[in-house]
Amino acid sequence: MISFISGRLLSLMVTTLVASIVVFMLMQVLPGDPALIILGMNAEPETVAALHRQLGFDQPMWLRYLQWIGGFFVGDFGTSITYSVPISELLGPRIMVTVPLALMSMLISIFGAIVIGVYAAANRGKIGDTIAMGIAQIGVAIPNFWLALLLILLFALKLLWFPASGFSGWDDGIWNGLRSLVLPALALGLPLAAILGRVTRSAVIETLGEDFIRTARAKGLSRSAALWKHAVPNALIPVVTIVGLQFSFLLAGTIIIENVFNLPGIGRLVFQAIAQRDLVTVQSLVTLLAASVIIVNFVVDLVYGYLDPRLSNGGH
Amino acid sequence: MRSALKWGLAAGLIAMSMGTASAKDTLTIGQTLEPPGLDPTAGAAAPIRYITYTNLYEGLVRVMQDGSVQPLLAESWTVSDDQKTYTFTLRQGVKFHDGSSFDCSNVKFSYERAVAPDSTNAQKGLFEPIEKTECPDAATAVVTLKRPTSNFLFNMAWGDAVMMSPDSVADNKTNPVGTGPFKFKEWVKGDKVVLEKNPDYWGTAAKLSQVTFKFISDPSAAAAAIQAGDVDAFTSFQAPELVNRFQNDANLQVEIGSTSGKVVLALNNARKPFDDVRVRQALAHAIDRKSVAEGTYSGFGAPIGSHYTPIEPGYVDLNDAYAYDPAKAKELLQAAGVPDGFEMTIQLPPPTYARRGGEIIAAMLAEVGIRANLVPLEFPQWLEQVFRGSDFDATIINHAEARDLDIYARDKYYFNYQNPEYKALYKAFTEASSEEQQMDLLGQLQRKLSADEPNVFLYAFPKIGVWNKKVKGLWVNMPVPADDVTQAYWEE
Repeated sequence: MISFISGRLLSLMVTTLVASIVVFMLMQVLPGDPALIILGMNAEPETVAALHRQLGFDQPMWLRYLQWIGGFFVGDFGTSITYSVPISELLGPRIMVTVPLALMSMLISIFGAIVIGVYAAANRGKIGDTIAMGIAQIGVAIPNFWLALLLILLFALKLLWFPASGFSGWDDGIWNGLRSLVLPALALGLPLAAILGRVTRSAVIETLGEDFIRTARAKGLSRSAALWKHAVPNALIPVVTIVGLQFSFLLAGTIIIENVFNLPGIGRLVFQAIAQRDLVTVQSLVTLLAASVIIVNFVVDLVYGYLDPRLSNGGH
Repeated sequence: MRSALKWGLAAGLIAMSMGTASAKDTLTIGQTLEPPGLDPTAGAAAPIRYITYTNLYEGLVRVMQDGSVQPLLAESWTVSDDQKTYTFTLRQGVKFHDGSSFDCSNVKFSYERAVAPDSTNAQKGLFEPIEKTECPDAATAVVTLKRPTSNFLFNMAWGDAVMMSPDSVADNKTNPVGTGPFKFKEWVKGDKVVLEKNPDYWGTAAKLSQVTFKFISDPSAAAAAIQAGDVDAFTSFQAPELVNRFQNDANLQVEIGSTSGKVVLALNNARKPFDDVRVRQALAHAIDRKSVAEGTYSGFGAPIGSHYTPIEPGYVDLNDAYAYDPAKAKELLQAAGVPDGFEMTIQLPPPTYARRGGEIIAAMLAEVGIRANLVPLEFPQWLEQVFRGSDFDATIINHAEARDLDIYARDKYYFNYQNPEYKALYKAFTEASSEEQQMDLLGQLQRKLSADEPNVFLYAFPKIGVWNKKVKGLWVNMPVPADDVTQAYWEE
């Protein structure tokens, strides 16, 4: 188990480092000069040059990379070119939006998937299965930003249950904060729930056909007890795999959804930083996002080990 | 637990109802873009000025909604006979928000900082004529110019020329300190900037106790927010196609005004065949500017015939110079030796006016045999390739800066218009000593540009304002980037 974890940790570090180099190089070749963006269409070349010096762009590329990544490992993510404040300062309040949003979407995705998947599997071939899978099919096909607009139209503009956009901040009360996140979390989570629901259904159906379920039933367990005590837990491995993969979709989704709902989260910060060529901010954020995807997959690996002890005992 | 929740909810509801019952003296303004900072001397972005201009920072003089220049921190001034020395009498008893006093040393500091070699002021060119700033006493500032500059006062009314204190200048981007009727309260990054009334203001106090600028970039989200009452006003609304939604809303008022922005089809005057004036004139005749304004901005922008807008003093209506006339365009192309037209590329930055405008213009040019390829560019790419590199045939862009006729007189500017006559006229304009002479030369400059048509002038960029009917005192026109709320209030 320990060698399994340390091996994974090492590959986690290396992958993050490689990601940071790729991002840094990408930002160097991306056309667009942040100084020109800051100074606009009336700026004289000498003013642009003065700003370049102020931003340290006159230094060689490798030195800038080392300075940036060196700071990264001691928790200094650099200073935003656009906002002139430490990136960690920009990050703090935004994490408080994006992490709850991602968690809520994840919960919606998992609960929705288990409910719909297990229900469909238990009613395989019946009308309930057809309806549930039909709904899931629609969910898979609907893009999240469009679903977002539909949700706004119905729940925010017609029924007035939730705010149409924006985030009032946690200072305004936990309930108000959560209220602003419900619609975005649904828009992000429901399409994922649909995909996950289909996976859950086939996984549960597969385990329902296994010998140990027949044994359990023969032993006298009721249908539903056999389903929830034996079939569902054993069907979880493929479901967990998809949850791990969905995490990166979720992060990509927050970029779109946070823009649609005007939420001041990480996704919108990434979007703005790219548009304004805030190179340092993009580098740091993308590296952090890559690291978080890598870490989540690491956690998924650990969960595998827990769900299926054979994996962590040397058999990879 | 349950009862605690119940009480909490009840308390919340009471607090909410109390909030709406009392007389309203706070205003929430929606804004499409968040500013990169709150220091107008450190960046060109218009959102910086929307929030800070005259609300937070003040200059010696200011621009009013009608485009006129009025005294602000300077009570009055005199100009020497040779037009080179401006003597400003400064207002006394003015304090910065951090408590320090304003006097001539701040004028000297602010202007010298803007012209310094390491200055990163986006409009450094405005200050270039300044030779020196002197302080004979604390209440008098004497600014000496290198040469007569007729628009000097207007230039010093820009947001880039506001007065700052040396103690706060390092932090003004995040913690702005000015002398205005509002002071900075907080900035929730990605969400809003809040200003509160300055109780120690030297002049007429603001009527509002607090103003919040809330950032909503998505147009449908913005429309939803204003209809739901989450924001009270959207002073520069960016999605004209959504405006009729507001016109049917009994609570909302729509005010269509103009900015000083000029949307142009800019041409690379150094490149064939655009170096031939007849080709440029042919393009002007081939494009129906009214339809372009209609198709890109729901017709809210007034067509223009030169690089100047109707809301600026000295405007001359030159719209008839190039009537929509494809036959005439073909004649001109024939005369220029390209009877069968030619192929060209139009580089388009992201805004709708450019992308949609490009498609409409390409269709119109096809009528006279010109095949236009459209190349969409991201804005940073546009700045790099078109603006800095001058590597383009044509592009569509809004020249947002007010009264920027000087760009056609520059030795190096991206559309490469080089005309000694225009340069001479512009020099005469900057040296004009009387207002009458100035206005006359402004007219001549506009006519010269219309005759030469270095770019095809399309329309004045409109300002679409949408706000609650009870909100009064907001700007309808925007001669300089600003969202002046110093006189805004709620009607009872």
